[in-house]
Amino acid sequence: MVSAKFPLKLHQVLVRRRGKTVIGPVDLELGPQGATMILGPNGSGKTTLLRVMHGIERISSGSVQWEDDDPAKHAFVFQSPVVLRRTVAQNLAYPLELLKLPKLTVKTSVAEWLGRIGLQGKADMSATRLSGGERQKLAIARALIRKPDVLFLDEPCANLDGHATREIEAILQEATAAGTRLVMATHDMGQARRLAHDLVFMLNGKIHETGGADSIFECPKTKELTAFLNGDIVV
Amino acid sequence: MIDILEGLKAAFWLVVSFDAELWEISLRSLRVTLTALVIASLIAIPLGTYLAVQRFRYRRFIISLINALMGLPPVVIGLIVYILLSRSGPFGVLNLLFTPTAMIIAQVIIITPVIASIAHQAMRELWAEYHDLLISLNTTKWQRIVTLIRDGRRNLLTAALAGFGRAIGEVGAIMIVGGNIDHVTRVLTTAIALETGKGDFALALGLGFVLIGIAIVVNLAIHTLSRTEREGRW
Repeated sequence: MVSAKFPLKLHQVLVRRRGKTVIGPVDLELGPQGATMILGPNGSGKTTLLRVMHGIERISSGSVQWEDDDPAKHAFVFQSPVVLRRTVAQNLAYPLELLKLPKLTVKTSVAEWLGRIGLQGKADMSATRLSGGERQKLAIARALIRKPDVLFLDEPCANLDGHATREIEAILQEATAAGTRLVMATHDMGQARRLAHDLVFMLNGKIHETGGADSIFECPKTKELTAFLNGDIVV
Repeated sequence: MIDILEGLKAAFWLVVSFDAELWEISLRSLRVTLTALVIASLIAIPLGTYLAVQRFRYRRFIISLINALMGLPPVVIGLIVYILLSRSGPFGVLNLLFTPTAMIIAQVIIITPVIASIAHQAMRELWAEYHDLLISLNTTKWQRIVTLIRDGRRNLLTAALAGFGRAIGEVGAIMIVGGNIDHVTRVLTTAIALETGKGDFALALGLGFVLIGIAIVVNLAIHTLSRTEREGRW
């Protein structure tokens, strides 16, 4: 079976829309393990970079190369969780049904994930009735239920309270421990410190600084990242 | 006012006395309209959904054309179908003129653009909501269309009911292609036109109330069976 094998190499990637450069040129290489956090102020291009890596954003020039790629082994969680107009259980079953897995396998996986995200009591409730935190947990579980090699997340905890954020981080840590590679955009410094192995700092559509999380948090090289980590406004 | 009361009285008696002719005409109306509705829905719903998810050349033109066709005068459609099915027309050999099948063909042509247009609007909104998720799940075009039709079924039901409303009340086209032949192609609307022409306003109104009653009952039945409004967000 083909998988999404790292390294993932972005070479001189440029995304332009209506004559304006959204990101780029970007050169980046992501290794096979751990969790990469993409940091940066609003409008710095974090979401676009994630979408490019996932393959749902068309690039204007450059190249995105996986060692070995199967798009079915990627998953993406959006900032505003998209839930299907179905029950919670049917939302979880959907990605597996697309793969035409046997009904029993689907049912078992759905039951397992309902328990893991604490929504077993709401399995038959319409997903559109869930709270923001529950929707995001459902979206993450629906992304992870296919056991992807890599999970892209676009600020999954934006607008969520501490309790919901902690629950989601626990699910993400479990996923990383199980071997799923995380690539996540965030501007929550605390979250980046808790989850990141590597950091990518973006500013004005370009990668400003990259490196291991510990070294960057301890000793940022640029004054912009220093200011960003200190909570100052960076433009 | 007296005419309306007389009409209500006539409608009441027609229904409670199980008038055989009324039942025959009503059942024919339902059979023709529901058959046309099923055929038109099978064409219009996938078409509307496809237009929502697929970008291609002339797409906007096709959408505009469908919207424009919604306003086509039924009499003109009736006339065109009449010419096509008449003995000297290209389909004359099929001997369909003045049969319920001809009426179904005319109704399908009339309501397909109505259902397709409303379905397209509903599916476009749902596609905007689902777009990123379905693309990120690497779904095929067919899987997207099936997902949208399944999850947007309540909106599609509204589209189908709009088509039903248009078809059940249609008179011009089916009068031309059906001929309003007693026991063959007479339906409620053509019977109403006939009784009005004869000056029997009470019976015409009575049939009219029966027609309205059937339309309401069918709408309520479909809403009840499809559980519309039971799983709303509020």
